[in-house]
Amino acid sequence: LLDFGANTKARLSSSGDQPKPPSPLCPRLIRRASDTPEAAAAITAAASEQQPAQSLGFPVLPSPPTSPAMAGLLHLNSTLLPSASALRRRSGAPVPGSSSSSRRRCRVEAKIREIFMPALSSTMTEGKIVSWTAAEGDRLSKGDPVVVVESDKADMDVETFHDGFLAAVLVPAGESAPVGSAIALLAESEEEIPAAQSQAASFSPSAAPPPPQETAAQETSPPPPPPPPPAPVAVSAPAPPSPATQGGARVIASPYAKKLANDLGVDLFSVTGSGPGGRIVAKDVEAAATAPKKAAPVVAARPDVPLGSTVPFTTMQGAVSKNMVESLAVPTFRVGYTITTDALDQLYKKIKSKGVTMSALLAKATAMALVQHPVVNASCRDGKSFTYNSSINIAVAVAIDGGLITPVLQDADKLDIYSLSRKWKELVDKARAKQLQPHEYNSGTFTLSNLGMFGVDRFDAILPPGTGAIMAVGASQPTVVGTKDGRIGMKNQMQVNVTADHRIIYGADLAAFLQTLSKIIEDPKDLTF
Amino acid sequence: MMQSTAAVSISASSVATGAARSGAARRAGGVRVCGLRGEALACPSLRISPAAHARLAVARAVANGAVGGSGEFDYDLVIIGAGVGGHGAALHAVEEVGEACSGLKTAIIEGDVVGGTCVNRGCVPSKALLAVSGRMRELHDEHHMKSLGLQVSSAGYDRQGVADHANNLASKIRSNLTNSMKALGVDILTGVGTIVGKQKVRYGVGFPDKEITARNIIIATGSVPFVPKGIEVDGKTVFTSDHALKLESVPDWIAIVGSGYIGLEFSDVYTALGSEVTFVEALDQLMPGFDPEIAKLAQRVLINPRKIDYHTGVFASKITPAKDGKPVLIELIDAKTKEHKETLEVDAALIATGRAPFTKGLGLENINVATQRGFVPVDERMRVMDADGNVVPNLYCIGDANGKLMLAHAASAQGISVVEQITGRDHILNHLSIPAACFTHPEISMVGLTEPQAREKADKEGFEVNVVKTSFKANTKALAENEGDGIAKLIYRPDTGEILGVHILGLHAADLIHEASNAIALGIRVQDIKFAVHAHPTLSEVLDELFKAAKVNSGLSHSVNEPVAA
Repeated sequence: LLDFGANTKARLSSSGDQPKPPSPLCPRLIRRASDTPEAAAAITAAASEQQPAQSLGFPVLPSPPTSPAMAGLLHLNSTLLPSASALRRRSGAPVPGSSSSSRRRCRVEAKIREIFMPALSSTMTEGKIVSWTAAEGDRLSKGDPVVVVESDKADMDVETFHDGFLAAVLVPAGESAPVGSAIALLAESEEEIPAAQSQAASFSPSAAPPPPQETAAQETSPPPPPPPPPAPVAVSAPAPPSPATQGGARVIASPYAKKLANDLGVDLFSVTGSGPGGRIVAKDVEAAATAPKKAAPVVAARPDVPLGSTVPFTTMQGAVSKNMVESLAVPTFRVGYTITTDALDQLYKKIKSKGVTMSALLAKATAMALVQHPVVNASCRDGKSFTYNSSINIAVAVAIDGGLITPVLQDADKLDIYSLSRKWKELVDKARAKQLQPHEYNSGTFTLSNLGMFGVDRFDAILPPGTGAIMAVGASQPTVVGTKDGRIGMKNQMQVNVTADHRIIYGADLAAFLQTLSKIIEDPKDLTF
Repeated sequence: MMQSTAAVSISASSVATGAARSGAARRAGGVRVCGLRGEALACPSLRISPAAHARLAVARAVANGAVGGSGEFDYDLVIIGAGVGGHGAALHAVEEVGEACSGLKTAIIEGDVVGGTCVNRGCVPSKALLAVSGRMRELHDEHHMKSLGLQVSSAGYDRQGVADHANNLASKIRSNLTNSMKALGVDILTGVGTIVGKQKVRYGVGFPDKEITARNIIIATGSVPFVPKGIEVDGKTVFTSDHALKLESVPDWIAIVGSGYIGLEFSDVYTALGSEVTFVEALDQLMPGFDPEIAKLAQRVLINPRKIDYHTGVFASKITPAKDGKPVLIELIDAKTKEHKETLEVDAALIATGRAPFTKGLGLENINVATQRGFVPVDERMRVMDADGNVVPNLYCIGDANGKLMLAHAASAQGISVVEQITGRDHILNHLSIPAACFTHPEISMVGLTEPQAREKADKEGFEVNVVKTSFKANTKALAENEGDGIAKLIYRPDTGEILGVHILGLHAADLIHEASNAIALGIRVQDIKFAVHAHPTLSEVLDELFKAAKVNSGLSHSVNEPVAA
């Protein structure tokens, strides 16, 4: 791979050379840092906490190493560079997709900058966050240290290029990120913090818990994944060194069990130990982490609500709040419709065994209706124009512990019902695991919200900003109806209620759309092709 | 320096006149204060010819009455304790004098087994266990294997097999040691040695009844594991390194009391073999003896990713062995407030709180020597001091028993230094040139001062201190091994280029440190050693990087001009 002969020779000759100005490395590093226009991170002169003046071979350090070493290092670097940069590209590959999409959004929404993992040396491909020196919500001035990164050389303070507020930490302390990937978001103003935080939800699929030692200092809970655990339930899993005794009660857990509990966010108090003397061992924590997840969300949350206290919004709650307030800027109106679902119910019974879900059926029916009424699938972003969306992406609201998320069934009109059902299941699983990618929950063009499972017969939904319409679906219930021929019969019926942006969608549009939808649902043979 | 000069004149006067001439020449540069032979520090260009050396040796030996027997004494030298220190001293004593005559007539008294702690219950068997742990670690690290392109089916181990390996290694080294002494004519006397008077030792098994006289005596009785009060050692579930090295069991969960070298190495062994470990450390930080930066990184590399947790700032005030189906109970109290903090329930506890000198029964009271916390007080030449602060003539103490630096190789170096003195060559061992190593994976090694020590010294003496660091991630060989974790750090004086300390954490750090320790011992400065060539690609280039990165302000000894500021 490497030309060792040449390499060695050059090293030797360069070390024998008279000192050269030690500059070459510096501009290159600096250039790399500024290559990425969005890079809000710089390298500071300060090295590790203890000795700011240690020369580590980095640019802004007060005493750069002597030149022979530099030359040697440089040469080695340049030999390694192609592969190193290739590596960097490769390891950075998954990031651009997500970050570019968020950058696009970022331009639309607000001045929210990403802080990137800087390349602190030419051989560095990824860096580990040692600690965050700033907490979320902190105001930062240009040049303030934000984070300590462990590079391949040493710990380096990384400082911000811009003034602003540290809105969201995307990579918690202790985790690594490839060079060039976003590790935090910097909001230009305090008002933009919630926006940044909702944007933060789109990053980092890992459901890592916040660094334990920092939680106290933070205003909002920092976990990057989209739906953070509801604050009250949030288990303050003990940090590795923390005693097994908490609040007087004793928990005997092995070191690894404690570590796992911390990593998986499991409350050791809720775990039954199977080890000697009832000790909690690793497998108990693993079992607890996988098992109760499904049972917990329904029951767990409420009893733990700290009554009488004020709990700050989680990232997700902040995002919801912001969206809801924004929706007030849109003039909306509502149109309701009652649809008979006997045929749909029958179809559902028939194909349920093939994994088809009611949500998928409703989404499919809606999408097919939207094909005929593109205006209902349109959106108005600037108050001056229609955007006729090219795809029909049905977002379906899902309640998960501590919030609400809208996984999106993309091209619901084109996919067959079986694929659509599979897709739906996958999205729900991901949503529960807090692993939805941004495009999987923010690309909807029309939203469905169904509260029928709770027995709700009708309700009214708020239009999510950026879309044209949302449909609230009530329960399908056996209803006594009079038919045209004067008889009385029982039919299963459900009420749907569409909220729409009246700047672009008018009453007649909705009425026509609902009529089409009811026809499709009442004669659902087309749903299965 | 005053003191050294005085010592020279005293010893010179005791030397026969024939030797005085060459002796004066030899010491022209002053007393050797380095840990190595040769006069590099004082006067690099001065070399004594072999002939002069031999002549000198004869003269010296005559002066000491060492030639052709021991005169009125049974032995020239009796060493009490056949550990690594005693062994090093004995070998040097019999070999020392060179071509012209045989060496000192030497006996070594051992009441237990030859090899002492290091060979039987310390460094040697622990290295065997650590060799196993290193391999286990590698084989279990799927990611590491995969990135090398290797596929290995699941690795397991046979506890007894591992234990046997450690035991066999100890036996082998022990017999090597014994044979080397026998072959060179060291008398190995069995029994416990007691000093009964000036230059007189009694020894024997059970009832010591044999008495011998010796011109010089070296105490090298070593140390035993220190067990704090309140800890009940049963050897099965609560034990010291003595038991642990036999590896009679691999507990699921073991508490290690003390996070120094011993504790750290055992945590490496136990976690590699599948145990979970809880450290109990009295100080506020783990690995308190290490350079803080190294300790921090060591925690990141050796503690945090492993199945280890820890309690710092706590004493284990009471430890009860497991019995009647109950686990080992460890009561922790706050190190400062002494308040009870909590009780740990674990499967086993290893007491690694340090070592206590083994000096009981030496008969020191017979010669008016009072131990200090068990340690035998010595001066910088390892000469034993009596209760009144005077040097006890012809009596020396080396190794753990004097507590200066409790390391096997330090004991050996002190022993050699003593033999140098009693054969007429004054010698002071520079303890700052003695390297230390912790054989975890990766290893930690150090020599000289830690950074806080260096800065304190600098503040006091008014000089500047610089630190340079480099990473194993920048080293080709380390990357080839996929072992990029680690740093090396050099602490030096930018005004003179003197190396004050070097600390390494990384692959084969224990082997890498010697370039630095030799440089310190020989007084080589960074501006000189930076021109020494290192083979590429080797791990030694880590140190090369360090030396080259160091900036020295005055180009004192080299003609190459260095930019003072870039």
